[in-house]
Amino acid sequence: MTEADATASEMEFDKAIPVGSPGHKASGWFGMWMLIVTEAALFLYLLFTYYYLAIWNSGHFLPPDPPSLHLAVPNTALLLASSVAAWWAEAGIKRGQRRRLTIGLLATVVLGVVFIGIQVLEWLDKPFRWDTDTYGSLYYTITGFHMAHVAGGVLMLLALLLWNGMGFFDRERHAQVSVVVIYWHFVDAVWLTIFFTFYITPFLS
Amino acid sequence: MSLPYERRLTISSVAADPELPDRLEHIWKTKPGLYGWISSVDHKEIGIRYIVTAFIFLLVGGIEALIMRIQLAQPDGQLLSPEQYNQLFSLHGITMIFLYALPVLSGFSNYLFPLVLGARDMAFPRLNAFSYWVYVAAGVFMYASIAVGAAPNNGWFNYAPYALKDYNPGPNMDFYALGMVFLGVSTTVGAVNSLATVMRLRAPGMSINRLPILVWGTTTASAGILLAVPAASLAFFLLWLDRTAGTHFFDARTGGQPLLWQHLFWIFAHPWVYIIVLPAMGMVSDALPILCRRPLVGYTLVVLGTISTMALGFGVWVHHMFATGLPFLASSFFSGASFVITIPSAIAVFAWIATIWFGRPIFTTAFHYCAAFIPLFVIGGVSGVMTASVPADLQLHDTYFVVAHLHYVLIGINLFGVLGGLYFWFPKMTGKMLDERLGRIAFWIVFIGFNVAFLPMHLTGFMGMPRRVYTYPAVSGWGGVNMVSTVGAFILAFGIGTIVINIIISVGRGKAAGPNPWDAPTLEWAVSSPPPSYNFAVIPTIASRHPLWEERLGESHARSSLDVGPVLDQGKETLATTVIDAEPDAILKMPDDSPWPLALTMLLAVLFTGLLVHAWIIVGMGTLACLAALLGWLWPSHEKLQISGARQ
Repeated sequence: MTEADATASEMEFDKAIPVGSPGHKASGWFGMWMLIVTEAALFLYLLFTYYYLAIWNSGHFLPPDPPSLHLAVPNTALLLASSVAAWWAEAGIKRGQRRRLTIGLLATVVLGVVFIGIQVLEWLDKPFRWDTDTYGSLYYTITGFHMAHVAGGVLMLLALLLWNGMGFFDRERHAQVSVVVIYWHFVDAVWLTIFFTFYITPFLS
Repeated sequence: MSLPYERRLTISSVAADPELPDRLEHIWKTKPGLYGWISSVDHKEIGIRYIVTAFIFLLVGGIEALIMRIQLAQPDGQLLSPEQYNQLFSLHGITMIFLYALPVLSGFSNYLFPLVLGARDMAFPRLNAFSYWVYVAAGVFMYASIAVGAAPNNGWFNYAPYALKDYNPGPNMDFYALGMVFLGVSTTVGAVNSLATVMRLRAPGMSINRLPILVWGTTTASAGILLAVPAASLAFFLLWLDRTAGTHFFDARTGGQPLLWQHLFWIFAHPWVYIIVLPAMGMVSDALPILCRRPLVGYTLVVLGTISTMALGFGVWVHHMFATGLPFLASSFFSGASFVITIPSAIAVFAWIATIWFGRPIFTTAFHYCAAFIPLFVIGGVSGVMTASVPADLQLHDTYFVVAHLHYVLIGINLFGVLGGLYFWFPKMTGKMLDERLGRIAFWIVFIGFNVAFLPMHLTGFMGMPRRVYTYPAVSGWGGVNMVSTVGAFILAFGIGTIVINIIISVGRGKAAGPNPWDAPTLEWAVSSPPPSYNFAVIPTIASRHPLWEERLGESHARSSLDVGPVLDQGKETLATTVIDAEPDAILKMPDDSPWPLALTMLLAVLFTGLLVHAWIIVGMGTLACLAALLGWLWPSHEKLQISGARQ
């Protein structure tokens, strides 16, 4: 056997390979990971902006009352629980359980919407506005960016619910579910960095 | 209907299945007529549109430059008012840097990626069309400012506080800020597409050490885009918030920091410089060796140099800010990082020189541009290293020396690479050769004009002339050098005009090119010129870096298989392979032509126009319409096997 033959047979063309958009081999899976990378960079620059302005204005940066953990801690727990629900939903469809997917997605949506609701309550409760001072600008802009991402995630979850109801997903074909769920985990992880920045660091100084 | 979740690849060839090309053509061809034109997702069509549009912006930006050069030709010029001059130099910078330099490279990579990788399209064909339409829409959006007499007037760097509402009350900066956020969408999805294509759509056997350098250049730049562009989009969005909603990010009177703008902007804009030259360096690294009849010297080193240039490019942004009074330690660190970046750049330069030295150059027009690229890169690089030194920079900052430097970098390493690439790949794109005689005449006009215009600007800078002044008094003694630069600029413009004529003549009645006029080794030259709509009748299998030169190079006994391979003809299909080793991994169903990319672009344009004029109802409706369009775009398809067929 010559080496040229060896090259041709190095490639396993005789093996059956998946067709279409199967799970983590779907192009969308790769696309979502790259979207996550660039979005992570966006939030990195947002937090850079916070710390940069905090350092330049140190001493007179924070509002008189430090941000309250009263609502923020339970809300954070809520968002983390939503990630668990999303994971549970995805694990369901991997076993072909469409009902479990529906229940898990619904739970995720509810938790996400409640998170947004509590965030809005926090907004209404603040004694300052976005145009009051630099801290106010940062608070509303950064939490607003994150809230928009949660809202976007909720819309994606609703699309999944619709499509699942129409019978589009099964054990083999559910790439869209994986793509949305990884995005949802990302949005939750981003919240932890924002939570740490706004609610924990004031107590560290 | 039961759907096949898995399939074995059929191995065949055109010789064994003569009907195959007709079947594929039927599957892949864009429909004729207006609907076909607006819905086409063919990467070749989109690539050419990108290149043509970018060249139009190059000509517009060039005309803006010529008007400024007339104004500056003599002391006390009266042609332009200060405000007109401000708008012109801002538009000139925005046009060349954002609407020409990257889009023209995106055009080449869109056209070439699937062809050099052995695929039938990009990984996300509809996203590809979308990135083109958004680019056009964002360009039109920014240029629409001229219609209301309020073009951006604060330079492409757009420093606060001058860009804030108090000092710049018109809509000028709103056009620019929103236009850049809009354009960022195009740039980002384009980068995602390039990266996904490289990771997934390489022909079987094309492991990452067998990639052409132009693929490395664009891939590296795309990774840079994912990390850098958010900084710009954010900076421009925060600026718009400051101007519109009364936030306090950049206004020092209320706790904001003007320098925050400079940080965010240069964190983006310095990597951007590498983003708009690395793909061009990649094109030269591929074309030059072919014209020297040998492989590139130091392939691995050039690849590592490309990647490390991009990585280091993220650690040098403060060298644009030495004159802002930053702490000495910070300046020293960034000065050091800026010196270090010369090492990977020098590797590429020596690799090109060695390739010419050890090769047998054929003095075509494309070779002229690729060879001229080297000394221009050295001049632009050395003047850059000079400004990387803090004491020298304090002297040279904001003088014409910097104007000379950045034009040597951007024209030398972008435009010369692009023109070399144009003469090199034009035959592949059109099936016609560009005229060599006219091409070489045009090259010398461009080369002489460019150097006459910009070499003296180093001196203008040493003489102390600041950038961005609309005129200067006669006693300054700057009249002579400025007149020389103006004459050079017109010679350069004449050369570019000659190239345009060269292209128009050759599109009409150029010599037929044939599949491989340069006797080149890479996959794009294995198919006809122009290539068929499906690119490859059978997916090639790759055994080396130079599939078409294997017999003569004799690097190994392994042979690529270009004629016999997987036949994918059960619908619009291409082969996905694994990320590192490029082993067959999945059969991808590719999307058909689609009107959604253009529809979503137009809805986004409505949304951004609403933001511009503060029409919040339009913003709300535009957002809802965009979401609806996205749902329509992403609606799963049974036929494309994205979803289960259980209910069918």
